[in-house]
Amino acid sequence: MTEILRAERLRKSYDGFLAVDGVSFSVRAGELKALIGPNGAGKSTCFNMLTGQLKPTAGEVYLRGTRITGKPPREIWRMGVGRTFQITGTYRSMSVIENVQMALISHHRRLFSFGLRAWKLYREEALEFLRTVSLEDQADRPCSVLAYGDLKRLELAIALCHRPRLLLMDEPTAGMAPSARIELMQLVADIVRDQGLSVLFTEHDMDVVFAHAHHIMVLNRGKLIADGTAEEVRSDPKVQEVYLGGGTLFKEAGRA
Amino acid sequence: MAFYLALFLTGLANAAALFLVASGLSLIFGVTRIVNFAHGSLYMLGAFIGVTLMQVLPGAVGFWGAILLTGLAVGVIGALVEIVVLRRIYRAPELFQLVATFGVILVIQDLALMIWGAEDRLGPRAPGLRGVWRIFGEPVPKYDIVLIAITPVILLALWYLITRTRLGILVRAATQDREMVGALGVNQAWLFTGVFALGSALAGWGGALQLPKGGADLLMDFNIIGTVFVVVVIGGMGSLPGAFIAAVLISVLNAFGVAFLPQSTLVLMFVVMAAVLIVRPYGLLGREEVAGEHGQVGAPESPIRPYGPRGIVLTAFLLALLASLPGFAEPFVLTLVIDIVVFALFAASLHFILGTGGMVSFGHAAFFGGGAYAAALLVFHTDTPMELAFLFAPLAAGLLALAIGWFCIRLSGVYFAMLTLAFSQLVWSLAFQWRSLTRGDDGLINIWPADWLNGPLPYYYFTLILGVGGILTLRHIIHSPFGYALRAGRDSPRQAEAMGIDVKRVQLVAFALAGMMAGLAGGLFVFSKGSVFPTELEIAKSFDALIVVFLGGVKTLAGGVVGASFLTSVEHWLTRLEYWRLLLGLVIIAVVILMPEGIVGTLRRQALRLRRADEEAPR
Repeated sequence: MTEILRAERLRKSYDGFLAVDGVSFSVRAGELKALIGPNGAGKSTCFNMLTGQLKPTAGEVYLRGTRITGKPPREIWRMGVGRTFQITGTYRSMSVIENVQMALISHHRRLFSFGLRAWKLYREEALEFLRTVSLEDQADRPCSVLAYGDLKRLELAIALCHRPRLLLMDEPTAGMAPSARIELMQLVADIVRDQGLSVLFTEHDMDVVFAHAHHIMVLNRGKLIADGTAEEVRSDPKVQEVYLGGGTLFKEAGRA
Repeated sequence: MAFYLALFLTGLANAAALFLVASGLSLIFGVTRIVNFAHGSLYMLGAFIGVTLMQVLPGAVGFWGAILLTGLAVGVIGALVEIVVLRRIYRAPELFQLVATFGVILVIQDLALMIWGAEDRLGPRAPGLRGVWRIFGEPVPKYDIVLIAITPVILLALWYLITRTRLGILVRAATQDREMVGALGVNQAWLFTGVFALGSALAGWGGALQLPKGGADLLMDFNIIGTVFVVVVIGGMGSLPGAFIAAVLISVLNAFGVAFLPQSTLVLMFVVMAAVLIVRPYGLLGREEVAGEHGQVGAPESPIRPYGPRGIVLTAFLLALLASLPGFAEPFVLTLVIDIVVFALFAASLHFILGTGGMVSFGHAAFFGGGAYAAALLVFHTDTPMELAFLFAPLAAGLLALAIGWFCIRLSGVYFAMLTLAFSQLVWSLAFQWRSLTRGDDGLINIWPADWLNGPLPYYYFTLILGVGGILTLRHIIHSPFGYALRAGRDSPRQAEAMGIDVKRVQLVAFALAGMMAGLAGGLFVFSKGSVFPTELEIAKSFDALIVVFLGGVKTLAGGVVGASFLTSVEHWLTRLEYWRLLLGLVIIAVVILMPEGIVGTLRRQALRLRRADEEAPR
């Protein structure tokens, strides 16, 4: 499998505090990979450096061999990397479908069009994306009244609009009901399989992680302490030490 | 050398009052998130109350006692303003309170006029400090030295209050997270009132302390507020030491400016500010503000929609009425409608960046007046044909907006607002002080339209077509992909950036566009009046547009148009009365308190409620 994303010795320090300390890893094509770790391990910081929200203190990020370190988020997006956030950032003053249309307008480079009517643009295409996440019934509802789980699915639809090769999802199921979590990750797994894109996600729910991830990385105090298959990670003594008492969680997840 | 030292000391002495007012503003903003425009008015009240008290109380004890009492009195007035006006609208969009404070400015202006009259008051000399001390042979007023000594004491006292006392802890906590402080059982209402009183008292002391140097007059409020904003922006919002350093910097700069460059004292201040902000966008000691926290103006809950059939019919009817108006209306009505259309276009252009873009500009008059001046200057100096000069108005204003926008766009929220205000003051001071070009106060006159447009009727239609055309163009753009991108950048800049949208670039283009439309309004204005004066560039003009947008309602473009019609008409009737500012101020405050969503927003809500009642009735 070819390599899509590679991080080399990524480092981020805040006034001397090392939030991420020399992390190196890669994501391969068609792979669903999880990045886990306790709160404050540096997962979100890591993500933000990959997609340009944060500039790394040191280290490099390569996308299919091209160096993208320190590029602004919008350029990285244009290179085919999608992103969803821990706290959803949809446009509250727009309807559900308009949120998707906005992404399509940007993708088709129509941002500086002054004459067209935005709500007429790419409506069919947007509906198609909403259908992927089963939100087509709610297309014309205001975004501000959507249930939280639906917002997360909308975010996923938006992130798929520019047909990314790589999707980074920061806690895609946080705050959702357990059944909805499994459903959403199943959806993501289906998309990965059907469209051949790669997904890197962070997650606190070990059921979700061990049920779906092909590979798992464990981050602790800014350092990567494990990177391998579910089986390898589960039996890693260092990981068990970090998740003190969480070992049972792994076993349960394994049995399930 | 001694001369320079004397100048330096003069500057230091002048910094005292400026620092007091700026620190009060900063304190109030930090806790309540209200940019208190009425702060200059409180300073003015301090000066007038101080003069009165000093006449009553004798001797040195009386002088210093009067200053102390003045601060307390202004503090009480500030508390009253907070309790009566602001407390009722804390739940309204944060910047909505701005409009209320502007109403307070108008009310205080007329009350001061009623009580103290229109004459300027000379401040009494401080007893025992009348003469000068010689420092290296140069005379320095004794009172200046006292002020120089007092200022650091005030800074230290404030610093102690904020960092070492329980009240200070509450204030700092509230500055960081208002809701959390409320959740911890602190009575927010009284904390806000207390802070407002303290900030007001500081302004009052500032006004009283400067009396022996400056006196009291009715223009003090607006004169100081621009400078105070510059100080706060340079020092960094919410930083007391920053306010101190900036106050000293600006005052010393002014002292030297008066001595060496008397023609450009005002401009100098803004040049320094621009220089500081290029290097440190959040001021010398300021910290980056979390964007959107107070830049958001009551984020709309429901998506915008094109007008339904009813809206289109209503608009068409209104336009038909305006077009047929000359058939039956009196000439003065036509003049009034021209004023309304011009103002509505100006307000709509502000609404475009404020409502749609979430960029609250306090200095939009720069582009209105800028456009008016651009056309007028061409006609006045080069006899350019009117048609060409008229085209130049939006063009020049658009370019000006592009240049100013380039600086301002990098900031957001209240920093953006302050910076736009400061830049508009820069443009104003150019028009005011560059007499050889602009004739300063005398204004540019005899700027009339070309022959084919000269006359009430042709110019009426000219204004109607271009004004309404401009507003409809803005409306069209709001619904275009560009308008959506602008809204996306307002709703969630992070998401927009992560979606390939260059938010800052979109905002800059929108800002330039809004400037262009404001310039168009300015062009229409100058040829309808035949003249232009620096007043068209004043803060008050920018505030007028802000008031109109907020009064009408931020959420819809119609709000700006309705607000403009409302304000122009009200002003038209009220200005015949002696104390029209007082009445206008009260009207504004009443609308703000009774209709916190603006006129259009409130009407719409009522309509919605009625419709719902209709639907439920048959069941």
